[in-house]
Amino acid sequence: MKILTGNDLKSGAVVWWDGQGWSIHITEAVDAGDEAENIIAVESAARRVNAAYAIDAEQTADGPRPAHIKDRVRALGPTVRPDLAVPAVETVGWDWVI
Amino acid sequence: MADVDLGTGRDDVQLRFRDDEQADVAAVTVDSFLDQSDADAVRIEPGDNARDLLPHLSRLRLVEVNFPSHTDGRGFSSARLLREHGYTGELRAVGDVLVDQLRYMRRCGFDAFAPEQWLDEADAKAALERFPHVYQAAADEDVPIWSLRHG
Amino acid sequence: MYQYDKYDQAMVDARVEEFRDQARRRLEGKLTEDQFKPLRLQNGLYLQLHAYMLRVAIPYGTLNSMQMHALADIADKYDRGYGHFTTRQNIQYNWIKLEEAADLLADLAKVEMHAIQTSGNCIRNISSDQYAGAAADEVVDPRPYAELLRQWSSFHPEFAALPRKFKICVIASEKDRAAMRLHDIGINIVKNDEGTLGAALYVGGGMGRTPMIAPCIREFVPLDQMVTYSEACLRVYNRHGRRDNKYKARIKILVHEMGAEEYARQVEEEFAHLLEQGVEPPAAELDRIRSFFQPPEFAVGLKEKADRSDPDFALWIDRNCSPHKVPGYVSAAISLKPVGGIPGDATAEQMHLMAELAKEYSFDECRVTHAQNIILPHVEVERLYELWQKLDEAGLGTANLDQVGDIIACPGLDYCSLANARSIPVSQKISERFAENGKGELLGELKLKISGCINACGHHHAGHIGILGVDRKGTENYQLLLGGSEAEDVSLAKITGPGFNEAGIVDAVETVADLYLAQRQDGERFLDTYRRIGMDAFKEALYG
Repeated sequence: MKILTGNDLKSGAVVWWDGQGWSIHITEAVDAGDEAENIIAVESAARRVNAAYAIDAEQTADGPRPAHIKDRVRALGPTVRPDLAVPAVETVGWDWVI
Repeated sequence: MADVDLGTGRDDVQLRFRDDEQADVAAVTVDSFLDQSDADAVRIEPGDNARDLLPHLSRLRLVEVNFPSHTDGRGFSSARLLREHGYTGELRAVGDVLVDQLRYMRRCGFDAFAPEQWLDEADAKAALERFPHVYQAAADEDVPIWSLRHG
Repeated sequence: MYQYDKYDQAMVDARVEEFRDQARRRLEGKLTEDQFKPLRLQNGLYLQLHAYMLRVAIPYGTLNSMQMHALADIADKYDRGYGHFTTRQNIQYNWIKLEEAADLLADLAKVEMHAIQTSGNCIRNISSDQYAGAAADEVVDPRPYAELLRQWSSFHPEFAALPRKFKICVIASEKDRAAMRLHDIGINIVKNDEGTLGAALYVGGGMGRTPMIAPCIREFVPLDQMVTYSEACLRVYNRHGRRDNKYKARIKILVHEMGAEEYARQVEEEFAHLLEQGVEPPAAELDRIRSFFQPPEFAVGLKEKADRSDPDFALWIDRNCSPHKVPGYVSAAISLKPVGGIPGDATAEQMHLMAELAKEYSFDECRVTHAQNIILPHVEVERLYELWQKLDEAGLGTANLDQVGDIIACPGLDYCSLANARSIPVSQKISERFAENGKGELLGELKLKISGCINACGHHHAGHIGILGVDRKGTENYQLLLGGSEAEDVSLAKITGPGFNEAGIVDAVETVADLYLAQRQDGERFLDTYRRIGMDAFKEALYG
């Protein structure tokens, strides 16, 4: 599946396209499929997201799992500072990153 | 060799800091310019060597410096070099010229701007007036801080 | 240290308002991200893996207690209670909001600090020797020259859109404690035969994809022409540096492809011309700056030996304290590399403490080193024990300077969107391994450097042992390199062979350390043994 990620323009928070807007929870990311480029263009122009791009992910029981380790680190937080992780870590756990 | 007309019809001059009349001349490429004795306007591309123009400065009325991308800063050196060697004609920045570069461009000797995208004039004015001082000597008349400190 | 006058302050204040305006225009949509990116980068603001990251400039690594306190306050007010000291003597905050960035810069301006040109294709922070003003072997304190160049390079109108970033280092000793030869421009202040000071100019060093040691472009530039000569070097680079390929855009590639001689020739031509343009500040300006770097009021008649009865303290003196030019004083290193810790990170609380200690014990001055530690440059030997106890209590007393536990590591894939692999966990595991096996002390000087990608922010090319994180078919993999040095005996490390996974690289480091222990002679460091016995012996031990 193709999911979309970017950063909130004002806060810099990592966000994921949830079908209607941008969520901080990767667990809520949806398959953007062929609409990916379109969504990015529209959302970027409206400044509802910054620096957005599409990534490959596989669907799992807990939600999408990005194909690349970099995006998985990005989805949760620095592995060396578990105290700074986003809420999604409660769902997927740290092993999900490696 | 046919001249390519790169004159002012295509490059609208939005800002100009000169008292003399804006010449409506066709700026040719550096190669063309060097090949003919009657051209008085030239356009420098980032890859051109501004030094090639040094023997001909007295016959130049207009030098355009093209910025195809605002991230390519070669035009700053071209402009400043020309001023250092005594060029007093119009030095015009064209292309991807952005508000936030105006101040540095002025300092490098540019006195006319023909940006691809028209600049917000309030933003441009604010940008040009923002910094009260300069740290270094450049191609403008601004007195460097080190000179203010020591007279 | 340097203090702003009204001109410096006005410039920094104007810059804050300029950025505030630029951020507003971005948020309102008047600037696209493409247009805004170079602007925010030249104010140190990156969009990083998790959030905006801000890199604050610490000019030549020097700061006072007020500034260190302010950095701590910023960590609490705008970030998540900590900061990361970098390999270019700066500090980074990882969780900044764009909408608050201008306010943060305003807070910095109040303590004469900024984030000007800490990123972007421009002249960056100018680094220097962390022992400046204290080291017995320095010809002169290099920092006034660094400050002169800092002002010259700030808001330089011609060099704000260079082909790539530009890093300058200034030292003033034969011993190179700041990796000078691995900079775009490295300057060593020297004395000629007549005893006159001048600048030896090295141009074209760097690490990254194609590491290179800077050749000497000019052996002696008179000090009253140093700015003009630097300008000439930059102009040649701006005009001729490659812009077709981001990975070939540094000046090292230009110098290499053009040849050092041809580059020097072009610089001389430009230099001759620029000498007539009046770009050099007058001698009075250098004198004015130098007046801020006078030695502090050192006490006399102090004890030169400490009471070593506490063995932990004795170890710390031996490891972390460097001789000072003034009897009765040392320079003390505060290690930001506790066992299993994150190299270079400090909490706001630790920063506040270091500020207090700098004020109390070191004439209100401290230095950030490119090895991501903090130096208190002028500490009375008599007061070391007291100082050490306070450091120890705060987890800042690790006695490991320049040892295997004193690892330089970039933030890596945990923080950086450029990275291929995580560097911090590897650093932690190596640190823990050598604490466990007790070999850290035995190994002596062993500079280990880890980079999470080829950009080499961890300086792995210059490590006695270097580790490079790579992406091997989607998993993290680590290459081992040996034999690099950032000092005056500069050399570039070489790859041993096939890479290792995380567990494997930790074992590999122990393997090469063991080989060194088995083979060393007569007080050789790891680096010396490697240079003597060669790579093959290590390959044999690693791969059989």
